[in-house]
Amino acid sequence: MNNNEKGMSIIVKTVTRWIKGFIFLFGLSIVLFGHLTPGGGFPGGVIFAATFILITLAFGKEYVLKKIGKTLASELDSLGALLFLIIATLGIYFSGIFFSNFIEKTHPTGNFKLFSSGIIPLCNISIGMKVGSCLFMIFIIVSVVRVIFEDGKGKLITTEKKDKK
Amino acid sequence: MVNLPLFIIIPLGVAFFIPMVSRKFKWVPDILGNLTTFILLLLSLMTLNREYVYHIGGWRAPFGIVLVLDGLSCLLLIIINLISFMATLFSIEYIEKRFTSKLRYYSLFLLMVGGMNGTVLSGDLFNLFVFMEIASIASYALVGFGCGSSELEASFKYLVMGNVGSLFILYAIALIYGKTGSLNIADVARILKEIPYDNLIGFVFVLILTGFMIKAALVPFHSWLPDAHPSAPAPISAMLSGVVIKAIGVYVIIRIVYNLFGFNQIISNLIVYMGVISMIIGVTLALLQWDLKRLLAYSSISQIGYVFIGIGLGSPFGILGGLFHLFNHSLFKSLLFLDSGSIEYQTGTRDLNKMGLLYKKMPITSFSTLCGALSISGIPPFNGFWSKLIIILAAIKSGRPIVGLWIVIGSILGLSLFTKVLRYSIYGKGEKFEKEKWENLKEVPETMCIPLIILSILCIFTGLLLIGMENGIFGPVIDVLNGGVLKYINKIIGV
Amino acid sequence: MIYYLCFVLFLIGLYGVTCKKNIVKIILGLCIMEYSVNLFLILLGYRKNGIPPIINKGMEINEFYNKAVDPLPQALVLTSIVIGLGILSLMVAIAIRLYQRYGTFDITEMKKLKG
Repeated sequence: MNNNEKGMSIIVKTVTRWIKGFIFLFGLSIVLFGHLTPGGGFPGGVIFAATFILITLAFGKEYVLKKIGKTLASELDSLGALLFLIIATLGIYFSGIFFSNFIEKTHPTGNFKLFSSGIIPLCNISIGMKVGSCLFMIFIIVSVVRVIFEDGKGKLITTEKKDKK
Repeated sequence: MVNLPLFIIIPLGVAFFIPMVSRKFKWVPDILGNLTTFILLLLSLMTLNREYVYHIGGWRAPFGIVLVLDGLSCLLLIIINLISFMATLFSIEYIEKRFTSKLRYYSLFLLMVGGMNGTVLSGDLFNLFVFMEIASIASYALVGFGCGSSELEASFKYLVMGNVGSLFILYAIALIYGKTGSLNIADVARILKEIPYDNLIGFVFVLILTGFMIKAALVPFHSWLPDAHPSAPAPISAMLSGVVIKAIGVYVIIRIVYNLFGFNQIISNLIVYMGVISMIIGVTLALLQWDLKRLLAYSSISQIGYVFIGIGLGSPFGILGGLFHLFNHSLFKSLLFLDSGSIEYQTGTRDLNKMGLLYKKMPITSFSTLCGALSISGIPPFNGFWSKLIIILAAIKSGRPIVGLWIVIGSILGLSLFTKVLRYSIYGKGEKFEKEKWENLKEVPETMCIPLIILSILCIFTGLLLIGMENGIFGPVIDVLNGGVLKYINKIIGV
Repeated sequence: MIYYLCFVLFLIGLYGVTCKKNIVKIILGLCIMEYSVNLFLILLGYRKNGIPPIINKGMEINEFYNKAVDPLPQALVLTSIVIGLGILSLMVAIAIRLYQRYGTFDITEMKKLKG
């Protein structure tokens, strides 16, 4: 019963334990099929963040901060943005134009295929990474502010602007 | 050929690369930050006298996003990257002593530089808005970087005012899209020339001008500036006052007035009188201040007024004066803010009453303050004199001697303002001056001296840029603006 | 008509920003302004009985042109929502810090900066 002191009641914890993987997989599918169905990097990333926020609410902040940690979240955040920039910059070396779609693409009508639109799935994955870790960081910084009081404010999201393409 | 997206890729990439590596290696942010801004400075010098339109993703102009390099963008690029290099050089020691987290500082700083470079290069209204927001969000966070109560208060004030301005701009962009069905600046200008004028266009113009005037801190909308600029760390104050209000305020107003809506007499009157009011009120309020950085911030408002007068006169001579004053102001105002930063670094105070006799203890800082003060108040060999002279002459030439008279009055007030600064801080002493505390004062470290020296030398010699102005740096700029709407449309869409 | 209602919403937000004294209410006012602009952008692309802007197999280009909604405002709104999220989170963080420093949300009590 020692476990119950942190976080919410045992019912919430059990349901969360069952359901968290499915929510994460749902987010993953939204990110991966972003170029074929409604969705994409930003909604998928929000669902990733929702998974972690659910775990934070159910199990308490110490559990999550021990498992993930804001350092890892911050590094994932930077890594997502950096990957997006690298993908965009690779366009210069493959075809001479920034942001050009340098992987071969096929027309997706008829049978929808997963690998049919060049760099867009890769962009979606990096945006999903960025948005997920970023929203999670905003959540822990704003809500659990006493834990990281010495830390100043978190890094702001500013690169998700590019998910309009 | 310079690849234009590099101006956006490099700062953004380094800004995201710094937090990944520098938890383990403490020296990374300094080296990478300075290297980045230096490379950007070299790249921006390479863009001199070139004209280039870059289509992102290979999509053609009215449909895709374009980056446009012309004379005006080139001038602004050089200003941004020069001042940001000086500021990063200055902040190596400054941030080390006074603040904690270098990692976040450089990350946000480079985001701000990347956002401003994007704003200056973008040829698309919405993209311009997005880049402007990147630069402004980074600067909101940097103003509150110290996390003291006054910093947070200033940051919140800046945030609310700036966000209201941004929303005005976004509303205007939405209206423009609804009216014309396009977002490319050149395409919008082409469509606006074809359809007849109606009240909606006037409304859009007023909205967009209000939004960017909030960003540029002209007088009715200036109340955030005297709080935000003194509260930031000194290199950031130099960036904010020297570059940010120009790149995301004045530049966009120039671009919109001259290349989007077209210039006419009503707009000219509006901008000139806003400039005059701004100039006089800014310098009058500055005379009442005793906080050094706050005084400099009010003086910024007044100097932006000169730039607006020059731009609003509309003749090539006036445009030359306005843009030259913009260039000079970014030099001497960032120099003065860096000076105030080094005084604060050594003495720990910003109150003019508590300073005194700095010329004995800190020769380099006092010399550069002298240079900055003389050029901001317009003493002949320095650059500020030439630009003010050109604006006054242009005002008289275009038949507005009253405006010229106001400029002279403003200059005299400015001279008295900086006489006060020199009298209390450097060559005389204030009323609460305590001699014992100031005995073992030293000059600031070398890395902080270098930008001060470079900027003072530039302050003395940039007056020479005027020689051969037809072919020099200002020739293409005047071409861009004087050509008006039609030339801009032709260059981008290529009708 | 509905466009005017958007502008009215914008003005309500502006009233909240300018006239209220509480920081939380100012933040809410800014949110209302931003959502009114987003609503306006979305309404620009709206079309009655419209179809999604995707070309299916065997669809005439003229039919597509006449019936599809405009996809660009949706992209713009997505972007502006993201920007708004960034600004909102920064504002909330600053508001929390201000509350820690001053112990109040009233802006009339925060007057360290004057002149």
